[in-house]
Amino acid sequence: MEKSSNTRKKSSAKAVAGAAIRNKKAVSKKSKPVGSDKFGGLSFSLLRNMHDLMVKSRVLEERLIKIYKTGDAFFWIGAPGEEAFGVPLGMLAKKGQGPLNDYLHLHYRGTPVLVAMGMDPKDSIRLIMNRKTDPSTGGRNFSNHYCFPEWNVTPVCSPIEVQYGFAVGTGLSQKRHGGEGISIITGGDAGTAEGDFASCLIWASRPANPLPLLITVQNNGWGISTSYDGQHGEEKISDRGKAYGIKSLTINGNDPVESYVKLKESMAYIRKERKPVLMEAYVSRLYGHSSASGANLDTKQPDPLKDFEKRLLKADIIKKKDVEELYKSEEAKCMKIFREVQKELPPEASSIWDFTYVNNENADWRNF
Amino acid sequence: MANMAQAIRMALHFAEENYNVTDIFGQDVGAPLGGVFTATQGLKTTWNTPLDERGIVSAAIGLGLAGDRCVAEIQFCDYIFNTIDLLKMAGNTHWKTSGKYNLPITLMTPVGAGIRGSVYHSHSFDGWATRIPGWKVVMPSNPIDAYGLLLSAIDDPNPVMFLKPKALLRVKGEELIPGEPGDEKSLKAAIDAPLGDRSKWKPKWPKIKEHKITIGKAKVVNEGSDLTIVSYGRTLPICHKIAKNSEHSIEVIDLRSLYPYDWETIYNSVLKTKRVMFVNEETEVTNFAEHLSYRVTNSDLFYHIHAAPKVVAGKNVPGIGLHPNLEEATVPYEGEIKNEIERILEIIP
Repeated sequence: MEKSSNTRKKSSAKAVAGAAIRNKKAVSKKSKPVGSDKFGGLSFSLLRNMHDLMVKSRVLEERLIKIYKTGDAFFWIGAPGEEAFGVPLGMLAKKGQGPLNDYLHLHYRGTPVLVAMGMDPKDSIRLIMNRKTDPSTGGRNFSNHYCFPEWNVTPVCSPIEVQYGFAVGTGLSQKRHGGEGISIITGGDAGTAEGDFASCLIWASRPANPLPLLITVQNNGWGISTSYDGQHGEEKISDRGKAYGIKSLTINGNDPVESYVKLKESMAYIRKERKPVLMEAYVSRLYGHSSASGANLDTKQPDPLKDFEKRLLKADIIKKKDVEELYKSEEAKCMKIFREVQKELPPEASSIWDFTYVNNENADWRNF
Repeated sequence: MANMAQAIRMALHFAEENYNVTDIFGQDVGAPLGGVFTATQGLKTTWNTPLDERGIVSAAIGLGLAGDRCVAEIQFCDYIFNTIDLLKMAGNTHWKTSGKYNLPITLMTPVGAGIRGSVYHSHSFDGWATRIPGWKVVMPSNPIDAYGLLLSAIDDPNPVMFLKPKALLRVKGEELIPGEPGDEKSLKAAIDAPLGDRSKWKPKWPKIKEHKITIGKAKVVNEGSDLTIVSYGRTLPICHKIAKNSEHSIEVIDLRSLYPYDWETIYNSVLKTKRVMFVNEETEVTNFAEHLSYRVTNSDLFYHIHAAPKVVAGKNVPGIGLHPNLEEATVPYEGEIKNEIERILEIIP
C-alpha cells in the first residue's frame, strides 16, 4: 500500500537529511582509511589540480544557472555537488577517440567530468544558450547534454538510464578490439529502477563475454522530488551488482580523494581483467534537480568543494588568497564567455532537416 | 531458387565478408538454432543474447556509436514495442548531435500475419516504423529483393529497419541471386544446417556476388492502365496474383522501401491509371498508406483521379485471432482485395 501524503512529506524531509546523513556516515567511515590527513597518498600537485578543476566546474555551473535565471536560456540541468566524483573520473579517463580509449556514456550531470578532461567552458555555455556554434548539438538540446566524439563522449540522452545499455555496445567493441579501453557510465540513483540498468548488469556479466564497463551510480538520494528512501528497498544500489558476480562497491563521492583512489583502483582492474565494476557514489545535489525545481542552493546538503577546500587549507596545501583569486578569475572568465556567446548566431530555422540522414541525404518526404 | 530465409542468410554472409559486419545478434540468432526462421544459420559473427529486446537494441546503438557495423534482430516485431524510445534515440542520434555521430546499424524483425501466429506473432510494424524519423525502412516481398535490400541496409551509414514478412520467408524466388547455384537441392545441402547435432557443421557458401537495391526505389511488378495498387511485403504477391489473373488492367507497384519512398513511381502510375489502392496489413487507423493517400489527394493528382484513393489494411482491432476465420477477417486476403478492386473500378467520375 502506498504511504499517505503526510507520511510521504515526512519521508521526503527525512530523505534530505538521509542523503546528508549517508554522506556523513560515508565520510566518517570511509574517508579515514584513505587518509583525511594523508590525502590517500595523492601528491599535493594532484590535489591542487583536482581542487582547481572542481572550482572551475562549480563556477561554470553556477554561471549556467545564472544564464538561465536571467532569461538567456530556456532550461538548466547540471552537476553542482558532483564535482568530487566527476572531476576525478574525468582526470582518470583515457581521453581520445576509438576503442583503445575510454568511452564515456554520461548523464546530464557531466560538467565536472568534462571540465577535468579539458572541455572549453565556452562550449558548455554555447550548449545552454542553444547557439549554432554549440559543438555538442548545434543548438538542438539541453544544457549538460554533451557530445564530443573526439573524446569518445557519446551523446547524452534525456531519457533516464538508456546510457547503461548503450555502453554494452561500446564495451563489446572494446573487448573485441583489445587494448585497455573501457566504457564508463554515469547515472543517477532514481534511474536504476529502469530496466536498462538491470540490462547493463546482466549483459556486462554474461559468462559468455564479460565486458570492461565501469558502471557508476551517483546516488544523491533523489529522483526529481521523490526520495530514494521511499522507493528503494535495497540498502545499497551496489548490492545489486553482487548478484551478478560483479565487483561492487559504495564510496563517498563527496570526497574527491576517496573517489580518485577508488576510481583508479577500479579502472585498473577493469583495464586488466576486462570485467565490469559497479560503483555507487554518494553525492550531493546542491541546486536541485534542474531549473524546473528552481535551481536554488540547498544549504542542508554537504558541499564537497567547500569541504575539500577546508581540508586543503588546513593542511596548507592551498592558500586562501589563491583560492579567492581562483574563484574571481574563473567567474570573470565565464562572464566574459557568456557575453561573447550572446553575440553568436542561433541555428537557422531552415536547418531543421539537416543531419536527419548522413551527408544530408534528403529525408523530407515532400521532396521524395 | 533460394527462399527468402536463405537469401537473407546469404546477404548476411556476403556482408560479413565484404562490409565489415562485426556482430549479428539477437535471441536465438547464433548457433545452434540460427534464428527461429533459420535466417542466420552458419554465419561467423552471430551470437545469442539474453532475452532482452531493450538490451539488444541498446547494444546495437552502442556498437554503432563505436563505429561498428552490426545487424541486430528482434525475434518477432510483436516484442519490439518496449524498445520504441530506443528506436527514437537511434533515429535522432545523428540529428541531435548535428552530425557528430551516425549509427550504421541494421535492425531485422519478422512482421505480419500469415502463419497462424495469433495475438503475439502476427503484428505489423510498418506504420510504427515510418513514424520514427532518422530511420530508413525497407520490406521485401521476394528473395532477391530481400538479398538486395539487406545489403543496401547494412551498407547504409544510417539506421535501417529491415522488416521481414514472416509468411514469405519460406517462399522461393523466381530469380537467381547472382552467384546462387541453380539447383535448389545443392543450395540447401550447402547452406541449410542439418537436423540434430550441428556442432561440427559448417556451411559451404556459394560464390555469391554483390547485388544491391537502392533504398527508396520501388518496382513496377505488373503493368496496367485501369488501377494502381501499391503494396509491399506479404500482401504484395497476393495483389500481384490478382492483377495477373484479372480481367482488368492493374498496375502493381512493390514499394520495397517505405521510407524514403519512391513517390515518382507512384505519381507516374496514378497519373496514368487515375485510380489507386494501397494494400498492407498494418492496422488501418493512422496507417502508413494513409500518408500516401493523403499525398495523392494533396498533389495535382487530385485533379486527375477518377476515384478517391482506397486504403485496404488490417482492421483496427487489438489483435489477430488464431482461428483462420478471425485472421482472414482481420488482415487483407485475396477475397477482400478483389472486392475492393471491383468497388473502386465501379466509381464513375
